[in-house]
Order: sequence, then C-alpha cells, then structure tokens
Amino acid sequence: MEYGLDLEYSFNEFLKGFGLSSEIAHIIWLPLPMLLVLVAAVVGVLVTVWLERKISAAAQQRIGPEYAGALGVLQPIADGLKLLVKEDIIPAKADGILFTAGPILVLVPVILSWLIVPFGQNLLISNVGIGIFLWIALSSIQPIGLLMSGYASNNKYSLLGGLRAAAQSISYEIPLALSVLAIVLMTNSLSTVDIVNQQSGAGILSWNIWRQPVGFIVFWICALAECERLPFDLPEAEEELVAGYQTEYAGMKFALFYLGSYINLILSALLVSILYLGGWGFPIPVELIAKFLNLPINAPFIQVFTASIGIVMTVLKAYLLVFIAILLRWTTPRVRIDQLLDLGWKFLLPISLANLLITAGLKLAFPQFFGG
Amino acid sequence: MSIAITTQFICFTVLSLVVIIGAIGVVLLESIVYSAFLLGGVFMSVAGLYLLLNASFVAAAQVLVYVGAVNVLIIFAIMLVNKKEDLKPINDIKSRRVISTSICLTLLSLLIRVDLTNVWSLSSPQNSIGEESTIRIGEHLFSDYLLPFEVASVLLLMAMIGAIVLARRDVMSKDISTGLPVDQELIEKSSEPLLTNKN
Repeated sequence: MEYGLDLEYSFNEFLKGFGLSSEIAHIIWLPLPMLLVLVAAVVGVLVTVWLERKISAAAQQRIGPEYAGALGVLQPIADGLKLLVKEDIIPAKADGILFTAGPILVLVPVILSWLIVPFGQNLLISNVGIGIFLWIALSSIQPIGLLMSGYASNNKYSLLGGLRAAAQSISYEIPLALSVLAIVLMTNSLSTVDIVNQQSGAGILSWNIWRQPVGFIVFWICALAECERLPFDLPEAEEELVAGYQTEYAGMKFALFYLGSYINLILSALLVSILYLGGWGFPIPVELIAKFLNLPINAPFIQVFTASIGIVMTVLKAYLLVFIAILLRWTTPRVRIDQLLDLGWKFLLPISLANLLITAGLKLAFPQFFGG
Repeated sequence: MSIAITTQFICFTVLSLVVIIGAIGVVLLESIVYSAFLLGGVFMSVAGLYLLLNASFVAAAQVLVYVGAVNVLIIFAIMLVNKKEDLKPINDIKSRRVISTSICLTLLSLLIRVDLTNVWSLSSPQNSIGEESTIRIGEHLFSDYLLPFEVASVLLLMAMIGAIVLARRDVMSKDISTGLPVDQELIEKSSEPLLTNKN
C-alpha cells in the first residue's frame, strides 16, 4: 500500500536542486506541515463557530449572523478580533502564574494531538508508531489545566467547574480508551494510517462502523463528554456555575479556552471518522475507479486525485459529525452530575468492556472479517 | 556535531534541568498545590526523557498513568480538602532537618557510587528497536512478566476495595477498625458538600 504523494521527498529533492544539503532541506521542511496543520485547525474552528451560530439560529427559528460578510461568514473573525483586543484581566485575588498557565495547558495538548491526524497516506505530520495512544495520553493532560485555572481563579464556581471537568474527563476516558482498544485489536497496530488502511478494502462496506457499531456509539458519547459539549457541559453549566472554570477569564486567555474546546471538537470528529468511517477513504475504492478509467494506480493524475479526494473525504466526514454534535447541543437538555457519572461508570464502561471481549472472540473466530 | 545530535543534547539538558529543579521544588515549596502541579511537570519531563531514549510507548504510558491519572487525582484530592489551617510548629525542627539531610546525602552518595561503578553501555543493538518496542512490551507482559502483571492487578483491586470501604461507610453497620457501631450522624455530616463553608 506504499503509494500516494510523498510531499516531503519531493520538497527535499526540489531544495537539493538549489544545492542545499539534505539536512538543511529537512530543517526547512520541518515547520511547514506543523504550520499548515495549525492553520487548518484555526480555520476549522472559524468554520465551526460559524456553523454553530447558523445551526443554532436555525434550530431556534432565528436568522443568526447576517451582516458580517455573505451569510455572516466573517462573524467568527470579528469574534476573534474582539477577543484579541480585549483587556487581559487577572483578578486581584487570583494566583497569577497558575491563572496564566491554565489555559495554555488546556490548549497545547489538543494542538499536539493533531500530530497523528492523517489526511492521506503520507499527509500527516508524523506517522508515529504509538499513533492513537498518543492522543489518549495527551488528552489526559487537559484536566490538569482545567483544575489549575479553576483553582487559580479563587472563585467557588470556577473551582467547582474545574473539579467537575476533571471528574468527567477521568470517567469518560476509560470507555473511550476501551473502544479504541477494540479497533486496535482488529488492526494489529496503533498507527492511525494503519487503522485507515485496514478499512480501505471494500470502500464503505469495510468501514469499522459496521464491525464496531457499539464501539462507535460509545466512542462518540465519550468524545462529546471529553469535549464538554452539551448534553455533557456540566463543567460550565451556566445556570448553576456562571461559566465554570472560565468565569474569571477575559480577552485572549478566554479565547484560548474557546479555541481549545472547538479544536478539540474538530479533532474528536476527525478521529471518529478515522477510527470508524474509513478516514480518507472514498465510499467506492479508488483502485476500482482507476481500473474503470484504465489508468495505472501510480499515474500522477490518479495520485493527485487520490490525495485531494482523501482530504475532501476526511474533512467532509469530520464536518458531518460536527454538524451532528451541534444539533445535539441545541436540541438536548443537560444531564445531571449523578446521571453523567452513572452513564459513564455503570453503562458505558461495562458495555465497552463487553465490546472488547466480543471483538477479541470474533477476531479469533472470523479472522478474515475482524483482522487476523 | 550533526543537527540531530545537537537537538537531542539541548532537549536532554532542558529536560534534566526541569526534572531536577522541579523535584526540588516539589519537596521545598510551602504551598502544597504548587508542589502538586510541579510534580506533574516532573512527570512530563521524565516522559520526555523516555522519548529521547526512543521509548515512545513508555513515554505515552508515563503521561497517561502518572500525569493523567495519578497527578490529577492528587490535585483533585488536595482541592477537595484544601483547608487553610496553621501548621503546628515542631520543637526539634533543627535536629530533624540535620537527620533528614544526612540520610538524603547518604542516599545520593550511594547513587553516585552506583553510577560510577556500573557499566551502562549495552553491547547488543537492543536500543534500536524503535517503533517495534510496543509489540515487544506486549509480548513480555504476557509471557515472562505475566505474574508481576497479574499481581499488579490484584494490588489495584485491593486499593479499590479499600477506597470503597473508606468512602461508603454508611453501608456497614460496624466500624471496620474499632468494631463499634457506626455513628450515623457523623456520616450524614461528612456526606455534606465540603465546599459550602468556603468563601
């Protein structure tokens, strides 16, 4: 399966053409994919914020943003600019260092997790061997940042919000990891690229959602809970806790939380599409299309076509899931804290454990369908 | 020196400095909350050192277990019972400090001795497993290290039962340690939210 565009190789060859050594070419190459992914994440956030405003407006029979650009598409940029120029306030009795470090600790792990999101065979920053495990590990750092900002604000609502966020995050991480484990069991690899390739055999029919329907639902619920989206937005439940751990924050520090939560939402949607919906795979295998058009799979045209369709498919699937998440947010009521913990520990955890067990059994019984 | 080695050297220096200074801070800082957060930083830097050694799985496991679970729970516990109380002054603080310093220095000298006498370099090319290490760890855990692995799970089970016994005293009619009937009123009081009196 070693085909597809290798941009790094072509870029390095291009620079070597100017007489640069391969080491310098590598150093010039290194920041490019990182910057690209950062820009992609921020643009993704802008699009999601606009979608959130428009869809919530439609759900409530309003119009939503209308005058900032066509259909209000510039509204998120206006929001961002507003947050950028707002005064940065640290409350007098707050703990300045922790207050500043909190939002950073929330945002950085989320952005680091984009390391493993593949948009194509070679279109990812780093195909690290531990792949999806890196994301699980990194997402467990976030509660520390939330606890930190909750504590440093010196405000009871903030502290309660931070504690709730940590409790929620810890309890939903376990079923999340268990449902990922079932996928890993079928793939024999932790790498996200391998996980997608394992689903690419027969187009839409070989996607993991058909083999792991329970895991898909458990993962999606847990991902929503990890993103603190309604119906699981207890940490910032505005009727009870003002705004939870964000209460005392203003300006750019608040914007970091805001960015973090939306980047996390897009990341979760991307990972659901990678783990369960075939990642960059087209519903009909590209090999079949190439054969139909009588073109070799390594032809430049087919390669560019594959790469662009891969990016489009990944983004399309992710935004479909973002759309579902936004609809869920504006149509469901919030769960209570005891319901939240009951759901996590008494329902999702046993179900995901049973799912793992059954997957292991099916893998041994039907190795051709569930990965040998 | 090639670029890769320079980068590795800079990362190693920074990470070791963070580990050492952070660990000293964890012990010496007055505020227990700061200590707890610094401990998280120390755990992260140790994970970074593992990464430098090409042990990415161990590094991720370190972050997941120590930072994501242990440290979060420590901070959680500190914040739930964060009472401002004046610590009682200890009378013979000076002699205690002398004793603890001497014990620590003895341990340090022992470690330095170990460092100087032991032969650290490995002959076989074992350090070049790289990405395959995850598979190797799995194989070892389920073959020659199976017993320690299972014993660790028994340990976790015991800790869990202990936690349930401590947290749910209301389901037991007798106190575990003293054998006296449980004072139900006290339990009612303890199950009230801890933060209501905080302003």
